[in-house]
Amino acid sequence: MSKLVGAVAVAGGGVAGIQSAIDLANSGLKVYLIENSTSIGGKMAQLDKTFPTLDCSMCTLSPKLAEVARHPNIELLTYSEITGIEGEAGDFTVKVKKKATFVDPNKCTACGLCVPKCPVKVPDEYNEGGNNRKAIYLAFPQAVPRVYTIDAEKCLYLTKGKCGNCAKACENDAINYDDKGEEIEINVGSVILSTGFEPFDATQLEQYRMDHPDVVTSMQFERQLSSSGPFEGHITLSDGTHPKRIAWIQCIGSRSPEIGRRNCSSVCCMYATKEAMVAMEHDSELETTIFNIDVRAFGKGFEEFYQKAKNEKSVRFINSRPSGVEVDPNTNKLSLKYEGEDGNGTCREEFDMVVLSIGLTPSKSSKQLVDIANVEMDDLGFVKTKIDCPVETTRPGIFVSGAMQAPKDIPDTVADASGAASKASSLLSSERGKLVTEKQYPTEKEITDEIRTGVVVCRCGINIGSIVDVPDVVNYAKDLSGVVFAKEEVYACSSDSLAGIADLVKEHDLNRVVVASCTPRTHEPLFRETLMEAGLNPYMFELANIREHCSWVHQNEKDKATKKAKDIVRMSVSRANLLQPLYKEKVEFNNSGLVIGGGIAGMNATIDIADKGFHVTLVEKSAELGGLLNAYTKLQDGRSTSEVLEPIIGRVRSHDNITLMTDTELVGLEGSMGKFTAHLKKAGVDEEIQCGVAIIATGANELVPEGYFSYGKYPNIVTQSKLEHMIDEGTDAKDIVFIQCAGGRNNERPYCSRACCTVAMKNAIRLKEGDPDRNVYVLYRDIRTFGRWEDLYTQARELGVVFMRYTEDKEPEVGEKSIKMYDSLLNMDFDINYDLLALSAPLVAPETNEGLGSLFKVPLDSNKFFLEAHIKLRPVEFATEGVFLCGTAQAPKLVDEAVSQALAAASRACTILSSDFLETIGNVSVVDPELCIGCGRCTMVCPYKAPELKEVVVETEEITYTTKKCEINPTVCKGCGSCAAECPTGAITSRHYTAPQIMAVIKAYGEGL
Amino acid sequence: MMTDKEWTPKIVAFCCNWCSYGGADTAGMGRFQQPASTRVIRVMCSGRIDPLHVFNAFLEGADAVLVTGCHIGDCHYVNGNEKTEVRYQFLEEMLQQLGLEPDRLHLNWISASEGERFANFIKDVTAKVKELGPSPLKPAGVK
Ligand code: FES
Repeated sequence: MSKLVGAVAVAGGGVAGIQSAIDLANSGLKVYLIENSTSIGGKMAQLDKTFPTLDCSMCTLSPKLAEVARHPNIELLTYSEITGIEGEAGDFTVKVKKKATFVDPNKCTACGLCVPKCPVKVPDEYNEGGNNRKAIYLAFPQAVPRVYTIDAEKCLYLTKGKCGNCAKACENDAINYDDKGEEIEINVGSVILSTGFEPFDATQLEQYRMDHPDVVTSMQFERQLSSSGPFEGHITLSDGTHPKRIAWIQCIGSRSPEIGRRNCSSVCCMYATKEAMVAMEHDSELETTIFNIDVRAFGKGFEEFYQKAKNEKSVRFINSRPSGVEVDPNTNKLSLKYEGEDGNGTCREEFDMVVLSIGLTPSKSSKQLVDIANVEMDDLGFVKTKIDCPVETTRPGIFVSGAMQAPKDIPDTVADASGAASKASSLLSSERGKLVTEKQYPTEKEITDEIRTGVVVCRCGINIGSIVDVPDVVNYAKDLSGVVFAKEEVYACSSDSLAGIADLVKEHDLNRVVVASCTPRTHEPLFRETLMEAGLNPYMFELANIREHCSWVHQNEKDKATKKAKDIVRMSVSRANLLQPLYKEKVEFNNSGLVIGGGIAGMNATIDIADKGFHVTLVEKSAELGGLLNAYTKLQDGRSTSEVLEPIIGRVRSHDNITLMTDTELVGLEGSMGKFTAHLKKAGVDEEIQCGVAIIATGANELVPEGYFSYGKYPNIVTQSKLEHMIDEGTDAKDIVFIQCAGGRNNERPYCSRACCTVAMKNAIRLKEGDPDRNVYVLYRDIRTFGRWEDLYTQARELGVVFMRYTEDKEPEVGEKSIKMYDSLLNMDFDINYDLLALSAPLVAPETNEGLGSLFKVPLDSNKFFLEAHIKLRPVEFATEGVFLCGTAQAPKLVDEAVSQALAAASRACTILSSDFLETIGNVSVVDPELCIGCGRCTMVCPYKAPELKEVVVETEEITYTTKKCEINPTVCKGCGSCAAECPTGAITSRHYTAPQIMAVIKAYGEGL
Repeated sequence: MMTDKEWTPKIVAFCCNWCSYGGADTAGMGRFQQPASTRVIRVMCSGRIDPLHVFNAFLEGADAVLVTGCHIGDCHYVNGNEKTEVRYQFLEEMLQQLGLEPDRLHLNWISASEGERFANFIKDVTAKVKELGPSPLKPAGVK
């Protein structure tokens, strides 16, 4: 490579592009984020809630939108498209066409005065046509950038030369009808493609009657559910009433080879389940039915979510897909015809509304981009990658992430996005910091004695606003001591509201800000930064949590929730009034990494960190590298595992930046991000290493299905991994039966193990291809060959593999030579003779997870896998700073997913390693030497050895004497405050949680009783 | 003694930022409904909770006080909660000597993923304290 440019072009501003941009920008590369539409946010911005936690989609996304908007290293090019990519890895010239917006972004304040004046009505894309927008518009209220755009095709002035109302209405002269747009060229070292998917167009399937107003797509329904949607969150039929019975039909535009859409779309089963649950939250009388082929609840927490929907919330799941929607010509009512379960024959039912669960298809613009980028596509229309390199396209230097690579959900997309960023930044690691500027904040204003607190109460759409009487809380706040200003916001965390808060600080000369909205655990950093931008010390901020702790948990007690919100605000204000500015110190840190676990995930993470120029130690407890994959012989793409593992193992062994320690275990860990000390044990010898970040990649094991389906009782019963070796060695078995979910999806292990269906298909195909005369039966509960792996299921059926469905309450009974099986679809009993039975046993978490979890102080989930910081947007990191996870340590998954997570973990870790220094926290504890009696109790409670007793000479007027006084080392202190609680004389102040601050809150509490 | 059926106990919950406060958040995310009896006071670690804070909450009129944190072994600051445990024992004895019923003071470890557990805890304590009626340490005039 002749030249390397320290900049990356990211195509697509959905959650994938956003994540890639943030990772790259934080590791010192310049980013151009190029988005076709007028705002970033993508499809996630249109969703109401996300599965399986029913988190509000906009609430989790919004901080990321704001982060992109304010990041000094990210240049946003919205309403723009890529028209050319020339050059090679390290040095590309990307041509970008910026479409004319006819609004000057530097003048538009998004005041919206123009909107009521515009006479043109256009179906609103954001609301999927559920209502209208104007020709001059903002894509949605939280849009970033916050600049209006004129729809050139619809604008009367631009099409007919008439009107011009918006230009007259605009007080800032921002309208420019002569805007021609422009073509620019940018020079970058790498390109990331992440333009996502397009929802399948269901109008082409006439039998599903999209012409009927009460047949809607899942995306339209999503907007109906949303409080910012066309009906403010009330599900509404075309006659204005609310439905009593809603049906979902799955796999519209997926698993349908007859229309050229073979693949499964991976997310529809879960979003339909979510939509049904949320709809029932709106109306508890509502009846919901989901018609499906299989319920594909394969991700982390999905099966549990599905079971909850089915068993606790009475969502009805019917295992049949109606072939169309029928409309009664007289009554115009909708009905569905389907095959009843348990052999009930054909049934017909009426519904008030039918939701079509439309699949994820490659978008037209994605196809164009693929051509422009000159990368290969696979036969499904997605960008071609290999399962061991899931983010690398066929053209070096160009990477791919998210649903452009395959249909996938948000966490997998986010992992991909970080993974792609990691690959791009490895390529350009020598150029870090060359094209970027450091963020500058205005000088901090001095805090005077006068307390001037501002309060912003957030409605969070309807999340808070529909339960808590927000205007009442605002009025209440206005009268609180110290408060000089209070107002409400629809979404306090949207970029415009954040900018508004900064303005308030100036306008009202505020020196403290309280925002009453959601949890500080996610939103505090964002608001603190806003304060810094307004010239206030970030610690002069307090969040009052009136969502998680109030409106969400008192949904049926509006008055009490409002009273509680007032109490919370009062307590927060009393604390805010006593806040003091705090300052951080810059400290040196260790910029090397530690990876635990030498499977495919751990090795990929290791190599990726090493490729960026950092030293990394890989610890593997066994003698061999390769982990779980060593138990299998073939991958689902037909390649042998050794073909994939060998080159990676070779790289790990030969890389200059990697220290490999096999037969080694981690036995102790101290310190925190930037300065961990890890104690390793190798063959009885202890070793100690220092590192700044750590990645847990300790994997999972195939369950030994003892006690299930006669395993261990008869000799010819094996697991899938054993079967692979038997196929390699050649087996003469003629009648082979697989039983899926053997030991999984039960009370003991309620989760779905995700990979087993795909593994079983792979093995069934190999058996049939090896000898077509063999009989292969797969006894299953749901076939979950999600995404592109649906092809394997189809292939297996074509080869004559027999699939029979069983239910959990009537499991197959395994005898010595035959299996008694009740087929729930055919409502018939069968006896199947077998000479080989392979059980698809789930992956289980290693027992060592508990010990490792407590060493790192990171949590496990209820199935003993490691629990990530946020199931949607932080899939590879822990809440504990500097510690990451990837691969099957997080949950069962396939190889490509494990690799994508590994790269993501490396990317996240390297955003830390590539900084020049770490900052201490501001809220450290300090000792007042006047009050300290040198008792040393603080030195005994502090786990970090931050307080130290020092000899001091005390000089008073009468005498001079030597004594001991305590001092706290601010670079070691973590701010827990234990020492302050222990100090008998009150000499220690735990900053930001001082005794007066806590006491003020308690007192404020009492005032409300 | 108060006979008003509508009387709800007033409860203060001290929560550590990393676990029990997160548990309360998770209760919200999971929409685990709970009586509106409790006000949360956040500290970074349960180890910051001074017996004096608890005592003062009673003096302000709380009918019950909850001291919560991470499970033993999970404290974000290594072992802050072990110190909490020691201080708690002292607190328990002191408050009993003042004639406070044991059900008015609770120590509970709740992880950030245990939303339902948090909600159930609030439900249980609220029900128990409702039986007991207002705290004897309540200042006059406070309900
Ligand atoms: S951080 Fe939760 S108890 Fe210490």
